Amino acid sequence: MDVFIAIVQILDSTIRLSVPLLLACLAGLFSERSGIFDIGLEGKMLVGAFAGAAAASVFHSAFIGLGMAILISVAFAMVHGFASITHRGNQIVSGVAINFIAAGSTIILGQAWFQQGGRTPALQPGERFDAIVWPGAEAVRDVPIIGPIYAELISGHSLLVYLAFLMVPFTWWVLFRTRFGLRLRAVGENPAAVDTAGISVAWLRYRALICTGILTGVAGAYLSMVQNGGFVKDMTAGKGYIALAALIFAKWKPVNAMFACLLFGFLDAAAIRLQGSPLPIIGKVPVQFMQALPYILTVILLAGFIGKAIPPRAGGVPYVKER
Amino acid sequence: MSTPYAKLPAWADYGLIPLINLAVAFIVAGFVVLLVGENPFRAAVILVEGAFGKGTGIAFTLFYATTFIFTGLSVAVAAHCGLFNIGTEGQAYIAGLGIAIVCLSFDSVLPWWLTFPMAIVASALVGALWALIPAYLQAKRGSHIVITTIMFNFIAASIMVYLLVGPLKPAGSQAPQTRNFLAGAELPKLNWIIELFGAKIRSAPLNVTFLLALLMAFLVWLLIWRTKLGYEMRTYGHSPKAARYAGISETRIIITAMMISGALAGMMALNPVMGDQHNVAIDFVSGAGFVGIAVALMGRLHPVGIVLAAVLFGMLYQGGAELAFEMPAISRDMIVIIQGLVILFAGALEHMFRPYIQALFASFSPRSVGMEAVKGKGA
Repeated sequence: MDVFIAIVQILDSTIRLSVPLLLACLAGLFSERSGIFDIGLEGKMLVGAFAGAAAASVFHSAFIGLGMAILISVAFAMVHGFASITHRGNQIVSGVAINFIAAGSTIILGQAWFQQGGRTPALQPGERFDAIVWPGAEAVRDVPIIGPIYAELISGHSLLVYLAFLMVPFTWWVLFRTRFGLRLRAVGENPAAVDTAGISVAWLRYRALICTGILTGVAGAYLSMVQNGGFVKDMTAGKGYIALAALIFAKWKPVNAMFACLLFGFLDAAAIRLQGSPLPIIGKVPVQFMQALPYILTVILLAGFIGKAIPPRAGGVPYVKER
Repeated sequence: MSTPYAKLPAWADYGLIPLINLAVAFIVAGFVVLLVGENPFRAAVILVEGAFGKGTGIAFTLFYATTFIFTGLSVAVAAHCGLFNIGTEGQAYIAGLGIAIVCLSFDSVLPWWLTFPMAIVASALVGALWALIPAYLQAKRGSHIVITTIMFNFIAASIMVYLLVGPLKPAGSQAPQTRNFLAGAELPKLNWIIELFGAKIRSAPLNVTFLLALLMAFLVWLLIWRTKLGYEMRTYGHSPKAARYAGISETRIIITAMMISGALAGMMALNPVMGDQHNVAIDFVSGAGFVGIAVALMGRLHPVGIVLAAVLFGMLYQGGAELAFEMPAISRDMIVIIQGLVILFAGALEHMFRPYIQALFASFSPRSVGMEAVKGKGA
């Protein structure tokens, strides 16, 4: 029974750790499917986290915080769009720039406004998204097997966690069942064809980036307002890049993205849980190896040893209209 | 496909436009300073004075510049071949391992002028090998070099942390770093050059690696513009199709370019490790690899431009430290913003002001623009 409880606890923290990855991964999905590479997921999450925590603690409202996180994150996405769509700049370069501007400005502004070494004030109860306890969760907790699963795994997460997982079927529906989604995928594969059909390539890509900005904003808000009670400098700590890896691992598909993020979240949860204690059969695994595993797996996948990851064909190429 | 823009006179292309882009980046940075509630002009004065006002400041500026010359050249060599090596950071980090092995084995036996060449080879070799796998995957399996090099940055960081908290850490020590090197692995300082000009230097880490960096800048120029290999790299960078048609082996050119890039990145580690800290510590690269991207873009991928841009960033790093001291509201992270803005305006938005400048040139003398265009075709 102890083993079972431990497994449930690991799975529970898997869910918590994979939520920011999932949101950022879906965000990347929108932009990359429209043909815009986005290395700036990390930076947009970071500004989202900062704006969310800052606004929530100033206005004493979690929802204003979330709104501000989305707003600022979309603004950064628009900078990326301005550089890479309007001015046809290098998308990678633009993404790198956004990551730097985000990393620097969150610390500078945080220090200037709150004087706590780049942190925002600790959020009070009403300023965070609290856990939602599902009906009957306490009552069934003692029921074997089903009880802990219901009480720990399904119930007791914050609103944003459920939102993140609901975004998976929603993204799938938008991409594969709506006109907007069809055009978005088309513009990532063959923008010239979309242009010929009389649809604006630029506007379509801008809309894709707005979706990206919204989702990275929510991801950032989750980090600073749910997982942590406030903003800490560099709190994304490479999650944007893991999300990028997950996106490739998922071969740019929403449902796969969820499984990839859960896998990477599980690796993280297991690494924290084990902390160097020996595993059966394999023996002691260094923590660093577990932390590097998502990246190693992605490289192996990219090398084409576990099926082939084929990116959207027009990805990274600025669209030049023939005149 | 040619660029959709007419050609400008060379001085405008290589001088004016980068300066305008840089100016815009600094103006935006000035607004951030204003937002923080400080005076941007006073901040600029403190920054420049901190970097060049005293002999010590100049030495520190050149010490940082040394690091950035290496990473800038590394990014530029790959970029000439059309590859975006974002893995400079990881290649430099893991190269610290090569230096550690050489220095820890020989620092008690050999003098510095024997350890140094071995460490150069070791750092370049390890850096090049770390770039080899992403290069091979790009050339043979078609996986995107940007993504693989990012992944390799994280893998390098994990390996180095593992080694520095475990096998490489001396017994009984708490700090995650190797033992301090002995005199045999300490590089001589170059501060006397600045002292020749009458300035006084208290202690600054400027060392012989600076000369190595300048030598590498010259060799990169030689490679890119004066050798067959460099010509092939530029051809592939401009048009992979044309290169293939000309019988240039795609695999060979990608792997060679990336390994040279990785080697240059790896040599960067010599400067902080052997010239300053005299040990390999966790996170000793601290973002210099990414600064290389800004430096390479700023310097328009030309070694001369890269050296100048590296000195500029060295100035920002040194002056930024002074700035943080004088204006507590502004920490050194201000440089990270400036770095980002430079990458944005000199890199991603490099063509933003070009049409206006072209219109301006055309209105002054339409022929100058037109004539340059005809000449440009021959190049």
